[in-house]
Order: sequence, then structure tokens, then C-alpha cells
Amino acid sequence: MTPQQSQHVDRRSFLKITALAGGGVLFGFGAAREAAAQVGGPGQATTDPHNFIKVAPDGAVTIVAKNPEVGQGIRTMLPMLIAEELDVSWNSVKIEQADFDDTRFASQNAGGSTATPNNWLPMRQVGAAGRQLFITAAAQTWNVPASQCATSAGRVIHAASNRSLGYGELAAKVAALPAPNLAEVKLKDPADYKIIGHTQPGTDVKAITTGKAVFAIDIEVPGMLYAVFEKCRVFGGTVAKANLEEIRKLPGVKQAFVVERPPITDTVLPGETGLENGIAILAETWWHAQSARKKLLVTWNEGPRASQSSAAFAQRADEMSKQAPQRTIRADGDAEAALKNAAKVVEAAYSYPFIAHAPLEPQGATARWNNGAVEIWTNSQAPAGGRRLVAQTLGIPEKDVQVHMVRGGGGFGRRLTNDYMAEAAYIAKQAGAPVKLVWAREDDMTHDTYRPGGFQYLRAGLDGSGKLVAWRNHFVSYGDGERFVAAGAMGPTEFPQRFIPNYALHASVQPLGIRTGSLRAPSSNAFAFVIQSFIDELARAAKKDPVQFRMEILDAGAAPADAAPEAGRGGAAPPGMDAGRMKGVLQLVAEKSNWGKRQLPKGTGMGVAFHFSHRGYFAEVAEVAVDSANKIKVNKVWVAADVGSHIINPGAGENMVEGAIIDGLSELMSQEITVESGRVVQTNYHQHAMMRLAQAPPEIEIHFLKTNFPPTGLGEPALPPVLPAVANAVFAATGKRVRALPFSKSGFAWA
Amino acid sequence: MAFELNVNGRTVSVDVPADMPLLWALRDVLHLHGAKYGCGIGQCGACTVLLGGKAVRACLTPISAVGKQTITTIEGLSPDGTHPLQLAWQEVDVPQCGYCQAGQIMSAAALLARNPKPGDKDIEAAMNGNLCRCGTYLRIRSAVHRAAEMGSAPRTQTPANRE
Ligand code: FES
Ligand code: FES
Repeated sequence: MTPQQSQHVDRRSFLKITALAGGGVLFGFGAAREAAAQVGGPGQATTDPHNFIKVAPDGAVTIVAKNPEVGQGIRTMLPMLIAEELDVSWNSVKIEQADFDDTRFASQNAGGSTATPNNWLPMRQVGAAGRQLFITAAAQTWNVPASQCATSAGRVIHAASNRSLGYGELAAKVAALPAPNLAEVKLKDPADYKIIGHTQPGTDVKAITTGKAVFAIDIEVPGMLYAVFEKCRVFGGTVAKANLEEIRKLPGVKQAFVVERPPITDTVLPGETGLENGIAILAETWWHAQSARKKLLVTWNEGPRASQSSAAFAQRADEMSKQAPQRTIRADGDAEAALKNAAKVVEAAYSYPFIAHAPLEPQGATARWNNGAVEIWTNSQAPAGGRRLVAQTLGIPEKDVQVHMVRGGGGFGRRLTNDYMAEAAYIAKQAGAPVKLVWAREDDMTHDTYRPGGFQYLRAGLDGSGKLVAWRNHFVSYGDGERFVAAGAMGPTEFPQRFIPNYALHASVQPLGIRTGSLRAPSSNAFAFVIQSFIDELARAAKKDPVQFRMEILDAGAAPADAAPEAGRGGAAPPGMDAGRMKGVLQLVAEKSNWGKRQLPKGTGMGVAFHFSHRGYFAEVAEVAVDSANKIKVNKVWVAADVGSHIINPGAGENMVEGAIIDGLSELMSQEITVESGRVVQTNYHQHAMMRLAQAPPEIEIHFLKTNFPPTGLGEPALPPVLPAVANAVFAATGKRVRALPFSKSGFAWA
Repeated sequence: MAFELNVNGRTVSVDVPADMPLLWALRDVLHLHGAKYGCGIGQCGACTVLLGGKAVRACLTPISAVGKQTITTIEGLSPDGTHPLQLAWQEVDVPQCGYCQAGQIMSAAALLARNPKPGDKDIEAAMNGNLCRCGTYLRIRSAVHRAAEMGSAPRTQTPANRE
């Protein structure tokens, strides 16, 4: 029996045991799983409670966590929603990671800060449906109306007769009940929440702090070989010849072969480029494979992308900025005329580089090929896409790709691209042995899907009263014709569109031969810096306070078009920005930071910025001190956020916000990927530095403004405003306006 | 080549090339996965273990340089996961992805062993070689303080604590 079959049989037999036991031991996934498969088939996953909750006869409750965990705390947060409505005590809940299974679960992915908005209702409904089933079972047992029954900490209570039954005692009965209609299930009054809104430590914190947590890089399967995969430093290059005979003789090396793939000829690279040509070396340990690799002598056919360079990109962008834009993305009113008539015109050129994701766990996966099917262990953020890619690459049906979801050491969007899954699967198949593929950090840094760099040439006009009346942006990005590279677009509703009568957004693109993709708060992580820095310049030109100036812009807004398209952000378009909510957080952050009321020493300044992304409203203030050698210390950051009515796990939410601030500061100061002769120059963390503990702001003060909107995500929207907040603070402290990221290029460093 | 190692209080033998870094002997030969690979060049600290009670980067420590020194990994920091640093880390709920945290805790263990009541500056100096891509630095700092409060004489058998 293959392992895949055994797992399959286990699940079914587990369910069989439930059914056969009659008296009932467990209630689990099985019935629902088959029903879902019959009724809807894959992709039509149900949220029947049997998919998520398991109650043992002794009352032990297991809740299945369905989404990939890459540090965003989802493995804790989604089960919290279920446990709250199921009404069990959190400490008694055991959490189990689901494998990828689209017959059982909807949207098992980690991206776009979507888990909270997508799951807030269904997960609570699942829990509430479970609770209702236990009440029904108890009411039937006691022959009393369900309306007289209550629940508490995993028990159904009938107060009138002073009786109670544990969920475990009712489990068998529940297994025989029909699932209730989710839409009719009654949810708790939020005032009664005992779990939601109360900080719960991470599910895996004990495992992590004792070294027991299993990450993708830790997976071992019997008989497995360790693999490295050498690709051309120029994207899409292919092997012409290599000294494989010699490599095969090196200590510990078991196999070495060329992975033959056709050249990738797309002019605009897709987000998922799939398996590339390269050389796989398999050995008894990773070190043996990696050491052998250092002896590789390869002649590559580098292809046409070898001619590109960052210097040429910048030069071409500068040329394009002086020419008429290739196309217009949006034109409201008449920006050119309004600029002509403006009392004051401010003009500025901003730019930001390519940057890498570089999650601390490098890319990799473990794969086992068996008889036409493959089993794969991965930390992918997008296992559905991964399965599809693996199936396509191996030429087998998707159902023959079994995906185990393993904790990931960070994601940040890198693991939305599944190239390493395809590599592991393909190499395992070709090798005829289970394979653990681990990328060296150098592979990761030089074969990322980079945050696209870009250039923005801005002109804005103020009227005699200092009011913003015209905005023109010539956005210079990468692509071909009407197509932007992945994550390299600017949408027609980018702020301050609809807050200004005369708004023009033009775009020009140039070709790009390196891969790009979504990095935490895609496009926002660069656009907020540009837009909110430039608005600061305009506030200075208008001689207005930066908070006041922003408030006036927000006051001038038209109502948002419903579900405004946000090109390049991926996924369903979130609603447009609600100016009232943004004013709420701007006001709050100004109050909390004592904006405009503090006496600051010379060389110290405060800056403010806001940004709306992924449905989240964030306004942030930074206080920085800059010394005469341009060394910056961020003394403190204040964050005000409106992500709806509840922060499901407040401690974890604050942790994410702190992390987003520090991540943004790394992007601000030091991160830059450059290209020379078609190759990414930076190979490891020493050339693409992230902030270190001593450099981090000693204090980050976070305020959540609770509003009457459904909860939304915060892992991404917390990040973008910190870059311009610090940039504006540096200007306040020094009078130096930095318009190009990273700041290190302008002579700044952390104190 | 065969090497005798003292890992987490046990003597084990590994047959590996002399230049294999300790990290890969731990991970791929001894199947101790607590120490992580992050950069391989001493930049990130994810691979930090204690060698003779001192924090070292296992990715840069050739097996031939280990000799008779005791090796402590996160798995051996305490017999039951109750080293004050582990408890403090749990109480403060430091991790996000958690990938860096074994290395962070091992660096902190070496710090507390030589300085039971470190100040902020001491923590900065000792922990600056450990990157956290998720940005949990504020929590790391407070968890080290918390562990120091909990007591610097933990009930464990680590070489660091025996010194
Ligand atoms: S892996 Fe050793 S310092 Fe990064
Ligand atoms: S918790 Fe993710 S790298 Fe530190």
C-alpha cells in the first residue's frame, strides 16, 4: 500500500469507526466530505461543521486549522472563531493542521490579508452549528425544548432540571443528526465573547520554543535524498554543458542530472513561471549536495535577458519621463489645465527598487513520487496553485498530487509562487527517490519573484488658498504594451483619485526579464511612500500642518465607487476607501502622538502618513532623531488602525503590526535588488539587510479603533504608512527630502 | 571521518567530512532539526547553538573544530521545555513564524549564563546577530528581561548553566 492510499484509507476508516461504533466515539469529517464530493465536487467545499470539529467521547475537542501557517497566526485565529461559537474552553482545544483538500475546505491560502474577512462569518457559523447540534442532541436526550438549554465550556446545561451533559457524552448522538442550515444558526452576542477579542498565545509556541515545531525544511521521509537545484543566474537560461561526470564522483553524491526544460520566451513573465531548466544534484546530506555544487562547471545559454541592468532601467525610465506617456489609465477633470492655472505647482520624481522577500526559511519542499502519483510536503501560501503547477509539470491529474501543508518560516508573498514545489516533485520523479529540495539562501535571493521597482513623476497644483486642485502622475513601470509585470500595475483608483477634481494617471512601461510578484502589501508598500511623501511636500508648499492638510483632502472626497477595481492587487477587488474611517484613524494617531503639541530637540522630527490597503485603515506617526552623520534613530512609532469591530486575537495582532513596522523600516533603509548583465547582484542578507534588534524602534504604540464594520486583516495594511511617516519625519528633522528608496543610497544609516 | 560529539548530554558518533558544518551534522545526520539554516554565512543566527556554553553559528563551525566541547541545541536546553527563556518566550508569545526563535533563545541562553541581569544594551549586543524576518524584536527584548526576572538559576542541565 502506498502511503497516499494509507492516508486515504485512514480517513475513511476513521469515519467508519465512528459509524460502526454506533454508540459513537467521534464525530468528524467523513460524511460531510463525501457529501461535498457528491454534491458539489472539488471547489464547492462546504462549511459543514463536520469538516472542522472533532469531539471525542471524553470531551476532548479537536479543531482543524485549514489555512497555511507562515507566521500570521492563522492556525490559532481561525480555530478561535470556531471555539468561541462552539462554546468550549480554549485551553481544552487541540488544534490540528489540515492537509490541502478542496473537497473539504474553501480557500486554503495565505495572501492579501483575506483570511479574516473571508472566514469571520463562516468559521463562526461552523462553531455555532456545532453548538446547536449538541443542544439538539441534549434536548432530545432529556426530552425538553432546545430553547431551555444553554451551553458552557463544552457542556449543555438544562438549568430547570439542574442537568448537564458534556459534548463528549453527546458526540455519538450528534454524529447521527443532520447538519443545520448555516444561515439560520444563531450566533453569539459579541458581548458574550470569551475567546474572540481575548489574547490567546500561539498554538505552536511551546513547540517552537522547544525546537519541536516542524517546518517544511524539517520534513524527512524514509530513503530520502537531499537535493540542490542550480539554475542560470540569468532568468530562463538553459544548460549547454556541465561536468556532471565529475560531480557524480564527489563524496556523498548519489545523482546529478540536467532538468531539461524549454526556454521561457514570454515578454512579460507570468506570476508563476513554473519549472526552469537547471541541474539537480542529489546527495546523502544537504551539505554534500551543496559542496558538490560548488565544483559545478556549467556553460549556460543565457539568452536575451543577459543584457539587462538596473542602470539601463533607470536611464530608460528617465527618458520615458520626458516623453509623452504611453497611455492614460485615468483622467478626471483636466489636470493639465488645472496645473496651468494653479497658484503653485510642485513637481517631484520618486523611485523605489526591486526588493526580495527573503523569508528566513529558504524555499524548498519534500516530494515522493510513487507509481504515477506524487506526495508533497510544502509551506506554500497557495497550495491550490501549487498542486495545479505540480500536476501540469509532471503531466498527471491534480487528484494524483497530494499536498501536505507544513508550517512555513515566513512567507510575505514569496510562497504564493510555487516554483520550488514543481522542482521538488520533478526531481523526485526523475530521480526515482524521495527528495528533500532545499534552496541555499543564494538561490532564494537570486531567484525570487521581486517586488517590482518603479518610478513616479509627479506634478500637483495648489490654488491660492493652498487647496490641492490638480494631480498628475506619470507612472513608469515594467511590462509590454497594456500589460504590466506581476504586481507592477497601478490601478485607476489609486489615492488621491476621487479626492481631487483634476486627476491624471499616465503609465509607461519597459520590458523586464526578472520575475516579479506580490510582497507583503503589494504595490502599497511602494506607492504609500511616494504618495504620502509627496503629499507632505504639498502640505509644506501650502504652508499647512501635514495632518490638517491631509484632513482637508479627505474632506474633499466623492463617495467611493462600489468595489472599485484595484488592478494589480490580485483577488477580488476590495471596496474603495471610506474617507470617514481614514479620518478616524488619522485623528486618533494625531491625538495619541500629541501631534503638533510637542517640543522636540533639534535634529528630531515627527512625520505622519496614512494608507488604505486590503480593506484596512492605517495612520502612523514616527518620531526620529537624525545626527550630523545622517544616522537615524526611530524613537517611536504610533499606529492607529481601523480594521473593524473586533481584533480577534489582540496580542497576535499587535505582534503582526510591530513586525509590519519593522519590515517596512528594513525596506526603507537598506533593501535593494539590482541587476547587472541580467543577474541579480545581491546574494545573501549582508547585501539585502533587514533591521536588527539594536536598530529597532524601542517603542511601537498601537491603537485599534473599533468601528461597526466586519473585521478585516492587518498583516499587510499595517506596513505601507511607516515608510512615508519616517521619510516625512526625517524631513521634519533635517530639511532633507529623500525621494528614492532605499535611504542608504542617500547616505543615511540606522544609528 | 568519524567524530565523537557530546550533544545535549549524550555522546554520539558521526561519520562526515571534516569540513561539514556542525549545523548539517545536527540536522541531516543526527536529525536534530531545532537549529535552522537561514543564510549559511553567519548573518542570521538561525543556526545558533551553544558550544562549550558559548553561542556559536553552527553553519560556520566545522565539525572538526568541535572537539570535546559540549554542544547544546534548543532540544537540549532543558529536559522539559521549562528553561526560564522558554517559559518567558511562551508568556510573552514572542514568535510569529518561529523560524528564528530557536537561534534567538540560544543566543539569549548564552547571555543569561554570563550575565543573569542584562540591561537593554547588553541584550542588544548579545542578540544583534540574530535576525528576525518577522520583526519580533520588541518581544524578544522583553522576553529576555522576563526570563532574567524568573531567575537565572534554571533547573536544567545545560553546559551554559553549569559554568
Ligand atoms: S544560518 Fe548560520 S548564521 Fe545564518
Ligand atoms: S519569528 Fe519569523 S523570523 Fe523570527
